[in-house]
Amino acid sequence: MRNRWVLFVPLAIMGLLFGAFIYRLVTPAETLIQSQWIDKPMPLFDLPPATAGVEGLKSSQLADGRPRLVNVFASWCIPCRAEAPQLEALKAAGVPIDGIAIRDRPEDVAMFLREYGNPFDRIGADMQSSVQIALGSSGVPETFLIDGKGIIREQIQGVILADQVPEIVAKLEAMK
Amino acid sequence: MIAELGLALLWIAAALACLSLVAGTLFLRGGPKDLAALVRPASVAQGVLTAAAFGLLIALFVRSDMSVELVARNSNSLKPMIFKIAGTWGNHEGSMLLWLMILSLSGGLIAIFERRLREDTLVATLAAQAALSLGFFAFLLFSSNPFKRLPVAPPDGQGLNPLLQDIGLAFHPPTLYVGYVGLSVAFSFAVGALITREIGPAFARAMRPWVLGSWIFLTLGITAGSYWAYYELGWGGWWFWDPVENVSLVPWLAGAALLHSVAVTATRNALRAWTVMLAVIGFSMSMVGTFIVRSGLLTSVHSFAVDPERGTFLLVLMAIYIGGALTLFALRAGAVAEGKKFALLSREGSLVINNLLLTTILALVLLGTLYPIVAEAMGEKISVGPPYYNKVAGPLALILCLVMVAGPLLSWRKDDGKRLWSRLPLALFAGAAVLFGLILFGGKVGILPLLGMTVAGIVAVASLAPLWGRNLRRTPLPTWGMVTAHFGVAVCLAGMGAESAFIKERLVAAAPGDNIRIGDFSVKFAGVKPVAGPNYTAIEGTLIATTSSGSSFTMKPEARTFPGLMGTAPTETNEAALLTRPGGQLYAVLGQPVTSDDGRADRYQIRLWWKPLVWWIWLGGGLIAIGASLSLLGRAQLLAIWRARRHRKSQERFAP
Amino acid sequence: MTLRLILLCLIGALALPLAAQDRLPPAPYAYQQLKDPAQEARAKALMAELRCLVCQGQSIADSDAPLAGDMRHEVRTKIAAGESPGEIKAWLVARYGNWVSYDPPFDGATAFLWLGPLLFLAIGGWLAFGRFRRGKDDAEDAA
Repeated sequence: MRNRWVLFVPLAIMGLLFGAFIYRLVTPAETLIQSQWIDKPMPLFDLPPATAGVEGLKSSQLADGRPRLVNVFASWCIPCRAEAPQLEALKAAGVPIDGIAIRDRPEDVAMFLREYGNPFDRIGADMQSSVQIALGSSGVPETFLIDGKGIIREQIQGVILADQVPEIVAKLEAMK
Repeated sequence: MIAELGLALLWIAAALACLSLVAGTLFLRGGPKDLAALVRPASVAQGVLTAAAFGLLIALFVRSDMSVELVARNSNSLKPMIFKIAGTWGNHEGSMLLWLMILSLSGGLIAIFERRLREDTLVATLAAQAALSLGFFAFLLFSSNPFKRLPVAPPDGQGLNPLLQDIGLAFHPPTLYVGYVGLSVAFSFAVGALITREIGPAFARAMRPWVLGSWIFLTLGITAGSYWAYYELGWGGWWFWDPVENVSLVPWLAGAALLHSVAVTATRNALRAWTVMLAVIGFSMSMVGTFIVRSGLLTSVHSFAVDPERGTFLLVLMAIYIGGALTLFALRAGAVAEGKKFALLSREGSLVINNLLLTTILALVLLGTLYPIVAEAMGEKISVGPPYYNKVAGPLALILCLVMVAGPLLSWRKDDGKRLWSRLPLALFAGAAVLFGLILFGGKVGILPLLGMTVAGIVAVASLAPLWGRNLRRTPLPTWGMVTAHFGVAVCLAGMGAESAFIKERLVAAAPGDNIRIGDFSVKFAGVKPVAGPNYTAIEGTLIATTSSGSSFTMKPEARTFPGLMGTAPTETNEAALLTRPGGQLYAVLGQPVTSDDGRADRYQIRLWWKPLVWWIWLGGGLIAIGASLSLLGRAQLLAIWRARRHRKSQERFAP
Repeated sequence: MTLRLILLCLIGALALPLAAQDRLPPAPYAYQQLKDPAQEARAKALMAELRCLVCQGQSIADSDAPLAGDMRHEVRTKIAAGESPGEIKAWLVARYGNWVSYDPPFDGATAFLWLGPLLFLAIGGWLAFGRFRRGKDDAEDAA
């Protein structure tokens, strides 16, 4: 005689399936791909200047003892424009900020800096996203918090909001 | 007026569904026979009214009535008429109404044509079908009303996604829906049989044509969808293991298992519990599929609406339907007395293995599709794609094909293996010939395509084995059907293997006058020119492909730009140019203009693929559908003969 | 103020194909094959297994997105430099996590993914063929 409990297996499997469905409906998927290259050293690179009048960016320059921000941006990135005031505020608070411009032409970067200000000490031109990929970054804008030894400590994806500015300053202070 | 009428018809149809359900339930609990008499006409009327409502929705799209929200969001007066009509089901609400229409019409057709089943089982079946309809009516009327009006009608609509303005894609949803929703009939028959405890050959015989019919449409729909993706998406892939593709495959797998199982139950009164379970699983998977696609659960290029609220509604409906049916199964299926015993080496035995393998593949496709959610709950983000399915489903599918080789050659109940051993050597020889041919002359071939083509060789010969030694003119149609369908599997498998193993690709930045060598062809890039279509502008390239034997063919791939309507940004699509030859297809795509180092400004990115035997994939799919159709015809033929004989017998009884 | 920023981000995120694209040409090896066919075959096989970061479920081999093109360039460059596909995949997984590979790993979280089908087959087989053993016993009893 067939074991009666076996007949409940399809129902049990259905229950598991529904568990997965309910979980996903309750906690929607996180669409951003976070970088896993955290607490790891900055990848080695030597990027040319993104436009006339700015310095290029070398990875060795990021390990000079001062915790700093590296901002991955592009002139064609519309949300990046919304970030400009926050970057200015961070610069005013004494935070060193370096930029990496992704897939950008010099004239477009120049126009972007003219319109939205230049909070960057140096801006490297990443024409083929190679540094972006090496960082585990998947979009723009993204900001990386680097400690004094050139180790990546945190990744902020998306636009930095005004209320995040003091938090970032504090975090970088703690890294000193 | 039309919209309001359509909505009214839907409400009346919903009320009729409610009537069928209530009358049927009361009758089954010991009510008067009059109640049973209500159910058949109510089901028919429900079907007719829902179909009429769908017709009215099509009319609204045809007239481009922008005061209806659905038309304004999904159509445009500039669209060609055929796409205006197709736009009716190219959106969430319209396709939901299509779903409901097929559900209701199926109920009506059961009511009209099913005469052999015991009355109480039939009433239970119709009541189950009505219950299914009721839930989806509620979903449509309360959260997805297709006839909703806009307070102010816009001057014109927001148009349809240009990717969907394609004749193949226009008819892909209705074909698939007839398949998915057709499985609801099997579900209802199974539930009906469980309710009245009549789980035997009678309900299987009633269910069989429906299973075959819906599976034929599923096969055609999936084959057509694969071909559409192949030529429309511009990269020549024919299956991506994308979540939406997977959920379309799962009901097909259930249907494949079911159609074999139901045949055994109908003729041999065996595998009854399998048949009932597969019938429930089939439509359950259709519902799960529609839920996954409409609720935004998984990202996919195919995703429909992203609406968690609608998702929750569907989830509740499914919990009631699937939970109810499976609970009923668990409680009642055990009471089915064991059928006649059979040996492992027998037709029934091979069909049990067939069911098992198909169900395992079904389970693993579902597992792979949903596992990213499970992994995320455990804190890991993963992706599951072709590498997983090839490694896990691939071998199982090949084993299944080998079982398919042996099965038709085995006798019922118990086989001594003699007939199998006498007919197998030729098939095995064919497979060995393919294998050694590939190893010796094929170059570097991956293990899965290699095994796939070998198995295809075995199956191709073995599938014809049931015909050996028979009088072909007196072979029944269902046997021809089986042979054709199994042969189709071999053809499909061979196509997949050959394309995967021997595909050639060339990516070139070509200037006009350049020659590109690929496979047996020398392709000359003759240049580009701008062209305009009904609602797009394009750059059309001209490629002249010449074979080594001297025949020349012209290919014209296009890069199209559709202007953005009503504030949306323009979209770009690629129209690949295809050249079909006996040996395969040449696939050409025109890419972006390239600024090259030598300063030339007229170079374009050209992508060329030579895909050996790729069209065998869809030919195989077509053969499978034809085989199943022959089986269905054969049943209809047998039914007609049976009815004629019965009529003659009753006439003879009264002859003077 | 925050609402405006959120709206801006939303508009930015929804910016459709031609609206927010860079103006640079694709990377050299985004649409160019390697000279050595064996290397190109290895690169192609790897690209089919890597997931595009900015698409709705496509591999980098099947996508026209600029970042996908840049990733193809990385893959081909590294293959040409002699790295093995496994090393390149590991390099990318170290940066983006297992999500970037369509071939899920075999670890604690994914054990059931890989072993589940086998388990299902084994249990199903035992259930289905349990009756064959019983069937044979009955036939022997009847004999």
